[in-house]
Amino acid sequence: MEHRDDIGAKLGMWVFIFTEILLFGGLFLVYAIMRNNYSKEFHEAAHHLNAFIGTINTVVLLLSSATVAMSITAVQKGNNKLAVILLFATLVCAAVFMVNKYFEWGHKIHIGLYPGSDLMMTLSHGQVMFFSLYYFMTGLHMFHLVVGGIILTIVMIKVNSGAINTGKYVLLENGGLYWHLVDLIWIFLFPLLYLIT
Amino acid sequence: MTEEKTHHPEPSYLVDTGKYKGLMAWLTSTDHKRIGLMYMYAMMIFFSVGVILGVVMRIELFFPGEQIYGPQMYNGLFTLHGIIMIFTVVIPGLAAVFGNFSMPIMIGAKDVAFPRLNLFSFYLYVLGAAIALSSQFMGNGPPDTGWTFYAPYSIQTHTNVVAAVFGAFVLGFSSILTGLNFIVTMHRMRAPGMTFFKMPLFPWSLYATAWIQVLATPIVGITLLMIIAERWLRIGFFDPALGGDPVLYQHLFWIYSHPAVYIMILPAMGVITEIIPTFAQRRVYGYKAIAISSLAIASVGYFVWAHHMYTSGMSTTARWVFSLLTFLVAVPSAIKVFNWVTTMYKGSISMRPPFLFALGFIFLFMIGGMTGLSLGALATNVHVHDTAYVVAHFHYIVFGGVGFAFFAAIYYWYPKMYGRMYNFKMANWSFVFLFSGFNLLYFPQFIIGIMGMPRRYFDYLPQFTLGQQLSFFGAVLLVIGFVIMLITLFSKKGEKAPDNPWGGRTFEWGVPSPPPVENFEVMPELAENEGPYDYK
Ligand code: HEM
Ligand SMILES: [Cu+2]
Repeated sequence: MEHRDDIGAKLGMWVFIFTEILLFGGLFLVYAIMRNNYSKEFHEAAHHLNAFIGTINTVVLLLSSATVAMSITAVQKGNNKLAVILLFATLVCAAVFMVNKYFEWGHKIHIGLYPGSDLMMTLSHGQVMFFSLYYFMTGLHMFHLVVGGIILTIVMIKVNSGAINTGKYVLLENGGLYWHLVDLIWIFLFPLLYLIT
Repeated sequence: MTEEKTHHPEPSYLVDTGKYKGLMAWLTSTDHKRIGLMYMYAMMIFFSVGVILGVVMRIELFFPGEQIYGPQMYNGLFTLHGIIMIFTVVIPGLAAVFGNFSMPIMIGAKDVAFPRLNLFSFYLYVLGAAIALSSQFMGNGPPDTGWTFYAPYSIQTHTNVVAAVFGAFVLGFSSILTGLNFIVTMHRMRAPGMTFFKMPLFPWSLYATAWIQVLATPIVGITLLMIIAERWLRIGFFDPALGGDPVLYQHLFWIYSHPAVYIMILPAMGVITEIIPTFAQRRVYGYKAIAISSLAIASVGYFVWAHHMYTSGMSTTARWVFSLLTFLVAVPSAIKVFNWVTTMYKGSISMRPPFLFALGFIFLFMIGGMTGLSLGALATNVHVHDTAYVVAHFHYIVFGGVGFAFFAAIYYWYPKMYGRMYNFKMANWSFVFLFSGFNLLYFPQFIIGIMGMPRRYFDYLPQFTLGQQLSFFGAVLLVIGFVIMLITLFSKKGEKAPDNPWGGRTFEWGVPSPPPVENFEVMPELAENEGPYDYK
């Protein structure tokens, strides 16, 4: 049964994005409550995060959102080649983000700062809470980044083969929407975890 | 409305036309009608298992003291019973079965907006149920936390909580995707001329439900993930021993699980709203009030969750605010009851089995609702919280309400589903047994609850014996009723059903029974002056 409805498809994606926002919303709520309960400890613990890497990652993600948006315009104008390059750039940004995160997490785990570690058990409840939330929130975000990356890879292949083209690009738009969501969540995580000290 | 047709050239959806035959043809079908039926079969199996577990608990409760098994087994039983009944039966419930089977036809669509996603939801449902059930056979024994997984016990118990929690998470994901699908379907695929305020009221109730599914389920999703993280990684979200806050868990849990009650009951109300005008041959009284009350229930229902937590440690202000909101959410529910009853007024009522069950629904739902108000009031709640009174209350809502609406819906749409009628006499007998059994089973629980019988106890003081034994006999009657119903529906083929056995006016009664694969031979339309319920 061939039935095509681009507006419907986009509506579906928006509804899904609402769901995702509420998924993280639950975590933001926990963060808010814990920050209220343990504001001093959160303050101290936040100093241990590397705001520099955080900033780089923010810039990288913002850039990737721009390239995705540009790739949509490129496809609309019939320039699939450019769109593929832009999507590839997006994926490179995602990879840079992941590598940065790898070093960031790796360093913390190396010094023994991870959930359940001996070092963690010696910290105050509030600090443990902060680091736990840090791992949980950025971990869940990373999972979404990987999913978004997989979606964009599929989209890129389809743009390349011409299955996505000027007349039919709702999949690309939806992939882009999802990517913006991943970006948006980070925009909230970054100040909450790295900047408010 | 489509005109009468004497020839049915299109094959019905029950005939395999694709490349597979038999079971495979069903398991790979993206036809919304087949998916609806598959949900129905799965739910009937789960429901039967849940009922058996309930009866096994009732047997133990026949006399005070330990009879055939001890407390640990009882804890495991009510947990499994709760998980099965809540997460695999009533939450997907009427939306998954009749939302899938009937809703697209009722709004004049060929299918849902995303048929493959729909099949995917079904598989997630099966997968989630399988994971939840695997908790019984793996790890350190069946979970014993109750279906609510309250922290800190759910963090500390050695039983296999993670599997059950993860199963619930996957089931939630399935529910979200169904909701998403229905929202887009109702926005984009209504028949020409069918504005939102000409949409039948069962789809309306599904629309409100779908928004709750999409906006509330992720909260419990993340909460369940936090439970898993806390058990595996000792992240102290909820366990005070790890620096966490157990009351926070209760908030997060009920932020979803109260709205979940509306995920269950709204489609049930929607079905009743279809059945009553059909069998009274009357236009629905107060169409807009019913449609809007669905949305009102969905939105106010978001903000009442903490009425489950009056005794858990909250400020007095929070308590009275939540109590007030709880009373407010009862208003739109009462509006519906008022409208149903008024629709019947001066109607030409035909007492067919679906109508009988709809009446049963109204009666039981009212008892459930009123006792809900007494639970929503602070002073009485403190007295009866966590007693058998609560057990009786929620069974009146989820079983007397959702369950009876489910039975009503099966009897209502069965001729459309299979193109066959069933034996009305048998169906009426099933009602007699189910209805009397139900009341005999649960009404005594109100009384012993007020007398002080606690909830989730395998043992009790001698003064509760009579009540518990009456409940046992009620359960027996209930099971007999259920078996009669299964025999009525599935034992032998009834006579051929006409396209419109009840004289209904919504689109599904204008298509053949059973409908062809694409539902309509001529796509239906609503003219300017037509509404969904033009009886008289
Ligand atoms: C023959 C039918 C049924 C019987 C005999 C039955 C019996 C019981 C019993 C004995 C309990 C334990 C009460 C306690 O000790 O606290 C219970 C709990 C419960 N039942 Fe049923 N029940 C039946 C049907 C249903 C249905 C249809 C639903 C929902 C659709 C349901 C949902 C629940 C829930 C959610 C609990 C609470 C579990 C918990 O405390 O965690 N039951 N039921
Ligand atoms: Cu509630």
